Amino acid sequence: MSAFFGDSGSDCRTNEGVSPLKVRTTQKRRIIADVAARVGMWGATLMVMIPIFLIFYYIAKKGLPTMDWEFLTQSQPFSMRARGGGFVHGLIGTLIMVGLAALISVPLGVLGAIYLVEYGKGRPLAQVVRFFSDVMTGVPSVFVGLFVYTALVIPYGFGAVMGAAALAIIMLPIVVRSSEEMLKLVPRELKEASYALGAGKWQTITRVVLPTAAPGITTGVMLAVARAAGETAPLILTALGSLEIVTKMVGEPIASLPVLVFTGARNPFPAGQERAWAGALELLLLVLVFTLLARIASSRNKLQQ
Amino acid sequence: MGERRDLVLRGGLQRLMKRGAGRLADPVFAVVTGIAGLAVLIILAYMVVVTTYTAVPVFRSQGWSFIFSTDWSPSEGKFGAFAFIYGTIITSLIALLIAVPLSLGVALFLTEIAPRWIRGPVAYLVDLLAAVPSVVYGLWGVFVLLPGFLQPIATWLSVKLGWIPIFAGPATGLSFFGAGVVLAIMIIPIITSLCREILKAVPVGEKNAAFALGATRWEMIRGAVLPRAKAGIIGAVMLGLGRALGETIAVALLVGSRAQVTASILQPGYSMAAVIANQFQEATGDHVSALVGVGVVLFGITIIVNVAARVLVWRMVES
Amino acid sequence: MINSNQYKSNRYKDGVLLVCRRALVLVVVLAVTVGVFGLLTSRSPAGRGGSLDIADSSSSLQAIGSSSSPRTGLNGVGASFPQPLYLEWIGAFRDLNQGVKINYQGMGSGGGIQQLTQLTVDFGASDAPMNDEEMAAAEQAAGSRVLHIPAVFGAVVVSYNVEGLEDLKLDPDALAGIFLGDITRWDDVEIAVLNPGVALPDQAIQVAHRSDASGTTSIFTTYLSRISSRWDDTVGKGKEVKWPVGVGGQGNDGVSAVIMQQPGTLGYVELSYALESGLPVVALKNKAGNFVMPSLESTLAAGRGVDFPDDLRFDLSDAIAADAYPIVGATWILAYEKMKDPVKAEALKAFLNWALENGAEIAEELHYAPLPEGLKSRALEQVNSIH
Repeated sequence: MSAFFGDSGSDCRTNEGVSPLKVRTTQKRRIIADVAARVGMWGATLMVMIPIFLIFYYIAKKGLPTMDWEFLTQSQPFSMRARGGGFVHGLIGTLIMVGLAALISVPLGVLGAIYLVEYGKGRPLAQVVRFFSDVMTGVPSVFVGLFVYTALVIPYGFGAVMGAAALAIIMLPIVVRSSEEMLKLVPRELKEASYALGAGKWQTITRVVLPTAAPGITTGVMLAVARAAGETAPLILTALGSLEIVTKMVGEPIASLPVLVFTGARNPFPAGQERAWAGALELLLLVLVFTLLARIASSRNKLQQ
Repeated sequence: MGERRDLVLRGGLQRLMKRGAGRLADPVFAVVTGIAGLAVLIILAYMVVVTTYTAVPVFRSQGWSFIFSTDWSPSEGKFGAFAFIYGTIITSLIALLIAVPLSLGVALFLTEIAPRWIRGPVAYLVDLLAAVPSVVYGLWGVFVLLPGFLQPIATWLSVKLGWIPIFAGPATGLSFFGAGVVLAIMIIPIITSLCREILKAVPVGEKNAAFALGATRWEMIRGAVLPRAKAGIIGAVMLGLGRALGETIAVALLVGSRAQVTASILQPGYSMAAVIANQFQEATGDHVSALVGVGVVLFGITIIVNVAARVLVWRMVES
Repeated sequence: MINSNQYKSNRYKDGVLLVCRRALVLVVVLAVTVGVFGLLTSRSPAGRGGSLDIADSSSSLQAIGSSSSPRTGLNGVGASFPQPLYLEWIGAFRDLNQGVKINYQGMGSGGGIQQLTQLTVDFGASDAPMNDEEMAAAEQAAGSRVLHIPAVFGAVVVSYNVEGLEDLKLDPDALAGIFLGDITRWDDVEIAVLNPGVALPDQAIQVAHRSDASGTTSIFTTYLSRISSRWDDTVGKGKEVKWPVGVGGQGNDGVSAVIMQQPGTLGYVELSYALESGLPVVALKNKAGNFVMPSLESTLAAGRGVDFPDDLRFDLSDAIAADAYPIVGATWILAYEKMKDPVKAEALKAFLNWALENGAEIAEELHYAPLPEGLKSRALEQVNSIH
């Protein structure tokens, strides 16, 4: 029993002045609490696994029959009832927009986080920035779309850059806040040792702090990318959508996977809905590939080896 | 861990010593990071200005009833957003009630008690949950979760516990409850993965100290891990809440879209983000300003929520 | 030991570089994927017809405007109701005029009007005609009149899910009663009188409606307002209204999901959606007093005997023809009479001419009713005034 429940020394020590009975019941209560907590943790994990499997099973079941080479390499046919064709125009659009958004938001967000943790510590500006980053994560994505629509689309028209701008705004606070949490975890001794050797702050940050926090930052960035890749509402208002592959960055509406999934699912014809589910699967796989790449990268650069 | 730090230290510092410290680079870098930090404020301020400017006509014509009235009928030019505000808060609360214990459970499981071989796969699976686009959550919610799970549970609750006002029937699947459950599933990976990182950061020494005092693992978690991680966990929960407050498509698909204020969570309701998503594309004129106004109010609410959370964290840190 | 550390320290390099490198990996992957797929697909622009053969119908059609075939792109947004049709029209037109790239996105009727007014698109589309205020705003923005070009008629049907019930009949009063919340049970006398000999269950009626603003709702509530003064007074018509009862589903699929999943539910969806999803539909009593099932023929019949105004902003609700289905609406393409870019004007003219002249077959296949002859020629007049 005790081998299972405790790496700890849970053996009964007799305390002076406490009756053995009381000790035993206390001990019992402690063990029950411990078991209950373990059961709770296992239970929580199992419960969370259920929707995960349900979602993936269902998407795979609905998406796989339509998912083939043609789907991955062709644009949708000019027909909602015709089978065949695919969402390559959406895939390209999503890659372009998420890529652009990451190029904007990741450097900006990580630098901002560095400011919060290293330079602005305790300063009111840092407090304000941190506070409003939290606020920004709560801004509904459709609202971000609305803003970009007013600020960029009305003067310049729909386009990839406008979609990317909306996605970047959605990603930025996530990158800032998650990077900040990771940077905060870098042990102080590490930095102090660096300073002690005469390194400046800049060098300490780039050579000691960032490499230590990099795997964690990557996780945060992946969360942000995953969120951006799946955003639907803001893209409807900024990138709109297209029927064919678009490579122009400004002034021409461009398709994206989530918007195609969304519109496809509302299509009355089975062919359109089938494409929508395959699109959902494709979108999921795309994000999976990103996550895997990040994992490989971060495991290669793992600081402990 | 120790060895890892050692390596980084030696590796980085040897290079430092070779190059010498670039004194000029330091202030430049400081300014650059400061500007990046400011970018968040600038973007947000610009957003607030642009949107508030758009919403002003409606704020002016509706006055306080914009926030406190439930009468939302665009065709009559009446815009009272209270039902949406209420719905946003209720669905987010339901989501938090479900998601926080579960996420914390999973995070503790992964960091404290899980067998080593299970940690990687479980953590990865939970992270995958974050990758599911909200439109897919919504569709899955309507076609799988609603008939197979939400509807039976809602019916059961209304039959067995219907005498409690919050479970009053008749139960509709599309409801505050339905939207809350899906929101919970959506925010679980966010809270879990952040909590996990935070729990991992609790020094091993403190844990061992607790064990050395004879604590069981749960006592160690309660005594050594949770107090230290509390502030971080609240931060993680706030990020989850942020997502729940602003989630659009999935809620729009599941909340039932009825602008009403009811005590029962089994009744259809509405949320602020959902009403924007549902109505914006068809809106013209004042209706557009009103929807933008709803967004501005949502801003306001997230600010209030954040202030509240911050006060909580400060209190905890102090005590 | 020191050597290995130095080796490792080189590997770690700058933290910035580390993060950058990862970003670089992503970007390279992005670029390669984009490039590869771009190459793969750009070579075969014609090879995407899908398995449905629409070449047959298009080959027999003459290519209007193919002689002048301008090289340009047109962007349009608007109603999602006619999107399946516009998509196929675009595809068939594209086969004949390779130079014209047309993009249509079903955003919603309001979106179509708004984008047209904001000048972010070349044409709009709407299930409801623009009102005078909207017309004035657009005219002011573009310095040109907005034309309403009717494309097709469509029907909105009432669908339900009651076990064992397959041919339900309703009259306007009963329908309005259900949506007003006056009639709450399936075995209500008002329903029973209309369905003699049909076993109606003792079950509550749950109403399902669209939660997103839509042209379908507009067509449906326009009808209810016309047949019920109480509805007109208390609820009114619009793309989204304040429903007295019921739950909202998003889109046609959302409403039909509620209907299918919850026994006792009654709701409205587009004709093509009901036909494709196989939901049972209600036969409605029309103005002439006949119970009419929704179909292409009964939708077409709604256009008979209607007096169309000059600007073609008309209303087909509760039509007078004996065999007309009562809940019918038209969908319009919205364009400026004077467009900024003459090449685009020519392209749009060519497309709309082709669609109105030759698009009827595709429309019927998709359960839309093409325009009757008289209205078609008037629509073409409008099209040809574009310049």
